[in-house]
Amino acid sequence: MKKKYFLNANIIDPHNSIDELGGLIISEEGKIEAVGKKVNKNNIPSREKFIDLNGKHIFPGLVDMRVFVGEPGYEYKENFRTLSNAALSGGVTSVVTMPNTDPVIDNVSIVDFLKRRGRDKSKINIFPAASLTKNLEGTNMTEFGLLKKKGIIGFTDGTKTIQNTRLMSRIMKSAYDLDCLIMQHAEDYELSKNGMVNDGIVSTKLGLQGIPDISEKIIIERDLSLLEDFNCRYHISQVSSAKSVELINQKKNEINFTTGVSINNLSLNENDIGDFKTFLKLSPPLRTEDDRLSLIKAINNDLIDVIVSDHKPEDEESKRITFSQAATGASGIETLLPLTLELFHNGSVKLFKLIELLTSNPAKILKIDKGNLSIGSDADFCIVDIFKPWIVKKEKIVSKSKNTCIEDKKLQGLTMKTFVKGEELFKI
Amino acid sequence: MAITKKAVKISKKHLLGIQDLSISDVNLILNEAKEFILLNKSKNKKIDILRGKTQINLFFEPSTRTQSSFELAGKRLGADVMSMNIVNSAIKKGETLIDTAMTLNAMHPDIIVIRHQDSGACNLLSQKVNCAVLNAGDGRREHPTQALLDALTIIDRKNKIEGLKIAICGDILHSRVARSNIYLLNMLGAEVNIVAPTNLLPKDIEKLGVNTFSNMEKGIKECDIVMMLRLQNERMTSSFLSSNREYYEYFGLTPDKLSHAKKDALIMHPGPMNRGIEIDTKLADDINKSVIKEQVELGVAVRMACLKIFCE
Repeated sequence: MKKKYFLNANIIDPHNSIDELGGLIISEEGKIEAVGKKVNKNNIPSREKFIDLNGKHIFPGLVDMRVFVGEPGYEYKENFRTLSNAALSGGVTSVVTMPNTDPVIDNVSIVDFLKRRGRDKSKINIFPAASLTKNLEGTNMTEFGLLKKKGIIGFTDGTKTIQNTRLMSRIMKSAYDLDCLIMQHAEDYELSKNGMVNDGIVSTKLGLQGIPDISEKIIIERDLSLLEDFNCRYHISQVSSAKSVELINQKKNEINFTTGVSINNLSLNENDIGDFKTFLKLSPPLRTEDDRLSLIKAINNDLIDVIVSDHKPEDEESKRITFSQAATGASGIETLLPLTLELFHNGSVKLFKLIELLTSNPAKILKIDKGNLSIGSDADFCIVDIFKPWIVKKEKIVSKSKNTCIEDKKLQGLTMKTFVKGEELFKI
Repeated sequence: MAITKKAVKISKKHLLGIQDLSISDVNLILNEAKEFILLNKSKNKKIDILRGKTQINLFFEPSTRTQSSFELAGKRLGADVMSMNIVNSAIKKGETLIDTAMTLNAMHPDIIVIRHQDSGACNLLSQKVNCAVLNAGDGRREHPTQALLDALTIIDRKNKIEGLKIAICGDILHSRVARSNIYLLNMLGAEVNIVAPTNLLPKDIEKLGVNTFSNMEKGIKECDIVMMLRLQNERMTSSFLSSNREYYEYFGLTPDKLSHAKKDALIMHPGPMNRGIEIDTKLADDINKSVIKEQVELGVAVRMACLKIFCE
């Protein structure tokens, strides 16, 4: 591979506290050789060709902590190849895949298969999560230690929640012993039973069973109480409500834990569901505008650490039915960055902060050397025109499933190029 | 009796819910229905304004009164009425609502009447077919013709709706009738009280512009109309109430409780009734107070009006 020189870029690398106009040099081995303002036209060899980025942005490749891939079992929804192409088009170079597949990622032998498929078919970095319980049944723990040795970076039941408190406490103790990351989807099943949308005026008007915000809070409250005794690495996959944020604010200084939020909950609210738009049937559900604003405030107050796409590809057939029958989730990995940039453009959050939540923070929680532009690290990065306007069109979606929840939305910010290990794998 | 083919204009293509209607739409339907009341009482009940039109009744949920009411309404107007028996249809074999809709659409119906257990099913259907769709009840969301016939019954007895105080009592949570009535009665200027145990009250319902009560005596105090709803035990997945007898004690309509309403208060019920659970059986049959039978009678007239208006 030839050396690559990029000059005159706005470089943001929260991991190394870089936020400056400068350049980036990629070595022949695909590693970061030099980065920052000291890289300019004057100190690169004059015979070398360089690319002038004219002030466009360079971010570390995004790390998306919550991605569903259909492989194995649901390849018709998304496979590693299509996921990888969708991710690259959105500047995402590392993903944590959820274990909700068929078969479930709950034992050592399936992990071997997964890693092989991920390596052969995917151009991005795949970090598979395994399930907390066998077959996602919420009764018996999986082999955290052995799975970790096979390269599993975290444990979660994905769309499911551990309901049994005793089991949860045992999971935490094991995770504590083995230094494993636990990621919990917070939802009390009894309170959310048959629920489809936020419990409130919208559920009342649409005549749909509601999911109260308390069903999320009560699980977080329980888990944080358990954590007081055994402080394992614990991550709340997604928060959606002001009530949860308030609780996190109370506990953040006492206990170590981290929190994620879906870009959907940051960008949309329950009113967007309109006339039964099944593509906006999400988990956690879209909540009120007050809830959405509280999530943004929480980001600015350092109460939320990570923004995820919660990319959940579903085929048309699972969405072209009545709201109560429709599948939950939206495809979103390729719009994660531009939708997040909307929060910058409308003045809600500073750009540096947003990039931190998309790159260095998730990498730190996962303990992986990704999401940074450190010298010697793999050159995973993207070049972004953060002001470029465009409109989301279903037919232009790269992912195999087109269930975007922001069809026809006007966005600002487009990924121009994406690199993994120094290799240009996506170009607009 | 002046029933002609005169052109009437409605602002919507489909009747999916009261929420979508304007006040002039409502008045149009109610005025049309008034003319059909007389027709339905006459000897020759059949006219031919819908001759050559095809009406399909698509009932995914069991229904006696609404289905027969729509069927009769269509037949009295001269339409060809087909009632689909869902139990034997392809839907049971896994066909989706949209596929069913496309199949039926290919047969060129002029109107489809649908009842479905899922809220919003009629909205989905209306996006996929060319003809008009009439909602005969979708999940918990709306049952517009029921609200219209209730309004017609009230107007028939009280000559107005504006300024009346109306209590809707019972299982509000699972009730599409309650929701449609709230929209319609509010639109027509009534004051609406909602009376239910808190467990059967949908979240934030007061934002629809109603007063809520969990005490029956207070809720029906000084009311002109007491509308009782059926306790929908079949939709209750977990414990909402301790027992039917306790419910009757606190929320069942008895002469004693009714004494808190106005002296000339009328009792309504969309049926079918659970006698001795939400309503005292004698009260239900009291011809001086109960207008339950009239509701059924006027239901046919309202549905004839809707079929006529939305077929055009």
